[in-house]
Amino acid sequence: MANQTMVLDSVFHALADPTRRAVIQRLGRGEATVSELARPFDMALPSFVKHISVLERSRLIRSYKRGRVRTCSLERDNFAAAERWLDELRAQWASRYSNLDILLAKLNGDDNGA
Amino acid sequence: MAPDLRFEFVADKSRSTITVTREFNARRQLVWDCYTKSELLDQWFAPKPLTTKTRHMDFREGGYWHFAMITPDNQVFWNRLDYKTITPIDGYTARDGFCDEAGVVNPDLPGSDQEVSFIDQDTRTVVTTVVQYASAESLQAAVDMGLEGGIASTLSRLDELLPTLQAG
Repeated sequence: MANQTMVLDSVFHALADPTRRAVIQRLGRGEATVSELARPFDMALPSFVKHISVLERSRLIRSYKRGRVRTCSLERDNFAAAERWLDELRAQWASRYSNLDILLAKLNGDDNGA
Repeated sequence: MAPDLRFEFVADKSRSTITVTREFNARRQLVWDCYTKSELLDQWFAPKPLTTKTRHMDFREGGYWHFAMITPDNQVFWNRLDYKTITPIDGYTARDGFCDEAGVVNPDLPGSDQEVSFIDQDTRTVVTTVVQYASAESLQAAVDMGLEGGIASTLSRLDELLPTLQAG
């Protein structure tokens, strides 16, 4: 359960920023170089590179370098896993609430019987 | 769960929050008690198949609930909920964190802030929990620390940096 929260945290952080969300969306259509990814944004390259670092750290993307060109791609399995983790988290909440339903029914039943 | 009990689970990635809304077939005082009394919390809080065991409960502003969630094969996860503001029986806010058996919070693991509110709905109660994941500051600080070693505006610097971040 600790691991799940950590993954969720880093994925949330990665996706909390609109630039990073746009990069993910672009990479969903296929790999791209850092230059290509930076092009639509009106920001200095070091600032853009920070966003790429956050995405790599969250394992949502990976990159490789050939010559002087760095190319990024989406880690589709990790992205899908992040979505699954949210489903699992939802299931955990549903389970504890179902436990609470049972307890409340028992407590209400006890009151009525008193 | 009765089919007409409302349950919503919404993740907002742009704000790093999860908002959970659930309706319960009981009056607000009883539902409040179930959220704030350890002998009742122990009976429902952990998702199946885990069980909950309270070590310490002091439900007041500045107090905390220190508890374990235990798996069927006896793995123990210690947590503590530190209560910030309490407005009986309308709601409370708390900080949720991983800790050890002694209740010492682990600074390396992310925690979350929770806001729980209780609203009457005829003879039922609707509880809304907003969980704010605390990733933004702590992760940003870690990324910034790795980046502040004089990044030049060239792509070659990125090559040196990325492997060190990935090693984490």
